[in-house]
Formats: sequence, structure tokens, C-alpha cells
Amino acid sequence: MVRVLETPFDLNAEIAAFNDRAGAPGAVVTFSGVVRGQAGENAVTALELDHFPGVTERSITEIEAEARARWPVSDIEIIHRVGRLGPEEPIVLVCVAAAHRREAFEAADFLMDYLKTKAMFWKKEHRADGATWIEPRAEDYKDAARWEESG
Amino acid sequence: MARLMFFGKLGDIAQARSREFPLGNAETVSALKAAIAGSDEALGAALADPSVRCIVNEVLTQGDAAISDKDEIAFIPPVSGG
Repeated sequence: MVRVLETPFDLNAEIAAFNDRAGAPGAVVTFSGVVRGQAGENAVTALELDHFPGVTERSITEIEAEARARWPVSDIEIIHRVGRLGPEEPIVLVCVAAAHRREAFEAADFLMDYLKTKAMFWKKEHRADGATWIEPRAEDYKDAARWEESG
Repeated sequence: MARLMFFGKLGDIAQARSREFPLGNAETVSALKAAIAGSDEALGAALADPSVRCIVNEVLTQGDAAISDKDEIAFIPPVSGG
């Protein structure tokens, strides 16, 4: 399931809800990302997430479908924030349930690499010294490319 | 009039998230970019970047897609989530 939210979400409550829904599959991997309060020397005051309503949700649903096609996972939950976020606010949550740990870890890793480089979001970092749009780093593209080589 | 949309940094450069734009003789995305560059040099330069992709009626285009005045044409810079 994919959810793109305009308002804050409770990480712990969402993880608990996923565990309840997943039953006892054997393995559950969760990854949560929160807004960093610091960018190098500068304090981050806010992160602004732009998206393309409808198209963004579809882009994530396609990424989820690809993960399900590659690994025998029993459930996936992807929550991603949009709008304006403050430091320490949760921005993304990925939960994967599977029978065994390897596929759960790999599917979660894949989902995050693709969310970083293929999902339709644009990120603007507001700092004391100004604001800049953040584009994926070379490492992010390299991480995502790992799945193409091994796929 | 086509509806143009600009995401991420392109929205800042265009100083608008969307605008109505008469396509005139512009029948392809590349012709549209040239027409935009004629009236807004900074936006034209930004759209000329090879990393900028185009989504017509919510479908990512390949190559130089054909467009018409009824279309919704979105320009997107490199995406970055997570």
C-alpha cells in the first residue's frame, strides 16, 4: 500500500499497525527516514517536498509492484510525506513483510534506492544561509543501479 | 491553450507552478521549449537541460513527443525522494 501524506504521521503507530496487519510472517523490515537538522555547517530549518498529485502515487505504486515481482514478500507499506517538514519529522517509512529476512531486507533496500532516484518527488532544503533544491547524489544513482545489474 | 506545469526548481524559475500557454505552431515538445525560451530566457535555458523530462497528460514522454492545445504538459527536473 502506498500513501502520500500532506500532514505528519506517527512512525511508531504506523509500524505497529503494519505488524498487526502482517500477522506473523517470519520477518518484518522497516526503514524510517527523518529530516536531518543539520546540512554540513548549517542548521536545516525546513524541508519542502514537491510532488505531482496522482503521478507521484503511481510512480511509487510501480516501484512497489516491481519489488513484489522480484521478491516473495507478503506485504509492503510505503508512506511518504509531502509539503513542508521541520527537522526530525518523519519523511518516509518503508515496511516489508516476508517469510525470511533476506527478501525482506533486500526488498526494503531496493524500495528506498528507487524512492530516492525514481519516485516523483522534488526536495528543497531551507537553511539559515538560503534554500537549495536537492538532487540525488552520484552514490544514490549508483545504489539504484545495483538492482539493474543484478536483476 | 495548453496547460504547462513546472515542478521542483523549475517552478521557482518559472515563478509559477502552472500556466496557460498558446502552443501556436509548436507541435512538439522541442518546439514548445523553443517558444518558451523566446519569452522567458531563464526558463528556456533551464528546460534545455538534458536532465529535464516531460510528462504529457500524466505519461512520461520518450523522444520529442507531439503535443496539442488540449494537453497538460509537465516539465520535471531530476527527482529525489526519501
